[in-house]
Amino acid sequence: MHEMAITQSVVQTVAERCKGRQVDQVTLLVGALSGVVADSVRFCFDMCTMGTDLEGASLDIVDVPGRAHCRECDELVELPDFIALCPCGSADLEIVAGQELSIQSVEVKV
Amino acid sequence: MCSTCGCSGDGEAVITDPAHTHDHDHEHDRSHDHEHEHDRSHDHEHEHGTAPHVHATMTTETVTLEERVLAQNDLGAARNRGWFEGRDILALNLMSSPGAGKTTLLVRTIADLATQRELSVIEGDQETLLDAERIRAAGAKVVQINTGSGCHLDADMLARGLRVLDPTPGSVVLIENVGNLVCPALFDLGESARVVIMSVTEGDDKPLKYPHMFRSADLLILNKVDLLPHVDFEVERCISDARRLKPDLEVVQVSATKGDGLDDWYAWLERVPARPG
Repeated sequence: MHEMAITQSVVQTVAERCKGRQVDQVTLLVGALSGVVADSVRFCFDMCTMGTDLEGASLDIVDVPGRAHCRECDELVELPDFIALCPCGSADLEIVAGQELSIQSVEVKV
Repeated sequence: MCSTCGCSGDGEAVITDPAHTHDHDHEHDRSHDHEHEHDRSHDHEHEHGTAPHVHATMTTETVTLEERVLAQNDLGAARNRGWFEGRDILALNLMSSPGAGKTTLLVRTIADLATQRELSVIEGDQETLLDAERIRAAGAKVVQINTGSGCHLDADMLARGLRVLDPTPGSVVLIENVGNLVCPALFDLGESARVVIMSVTEGDDKPLKYPHMFRSADLLILNKVDLLPHVDFEVERCISDARRLKPDLEVVQVSATKGDGLDDWYAWLERVPARPG
């Protein structure tokens, strides 16, 4: 639902930082726990780039799986959602990956 | 700025002081503060641009940005937080689904605390001044932010609303976000604390269905508890699910219409911990 605003923010940030250069590709990191649905961002991307330096650019979304450190058993575990438990049964988990929502890089025309 | 699934606009929210609805000059003071944040990027290009890219296929270069998507909103939120702190203002971001009773709770709170705390309100809705009129009738200063197709308030909209609201130093600003349990969770406004309001008529499974919202909350207000005898709602299950997401979440159970539990809400207001920035 909020992915339109998120995508607009991506386009705005890239356009500002690339200062008028034609952008060919944008690579985004989207964590599984970020609250953002990658498919919705893809859906919005072409709409948001129209009439900007990103028009026609492709979008590469790198999914980052959720991972947590268990303070109980000291293992690194997969965390598919916020309510998952460590296999040892503990809920005392520190999220170490999966909350990413960032623009990693862009390809610009030389 | 955003649209619930298919927005159009250019993201311009409309801010209205219902006491001065004839006066439209507020709509034109917007695009001022976007320049400052973006003067950092330029230093990535040099490494790549010097080699002669003679072969025709080599027509692009990679520029590393590594910038958080919400960085701009978070910067605005940090400015709002400083604005509040400098004026010793307690700012609460109130979020819920539509119809959970946010405005009713605010109207009641304004009436009950009239002699104790100065309260003012920022109302966020897609359209209409209906809620702002209710708040104004209750006796508090209020500014309405209409987000159009947008489904949440963001830090910049709040900053613009605050300039119109002009709350008194030392007072409480209650920010009623757009009714939505999804999008507002992602947008920091610079608030002192976050309050999620849910009503027992919505079903006790809401925390697990909307984990981002409940995970980000400092207080859960369970409203309409006077209706518990008539609905299938397990209070304990709801609270324990919410605390699986946020172990130190505080919970108060109230009926904004009947008055049950409101003293617990007012007591929380007196001791609300400031949210770390």
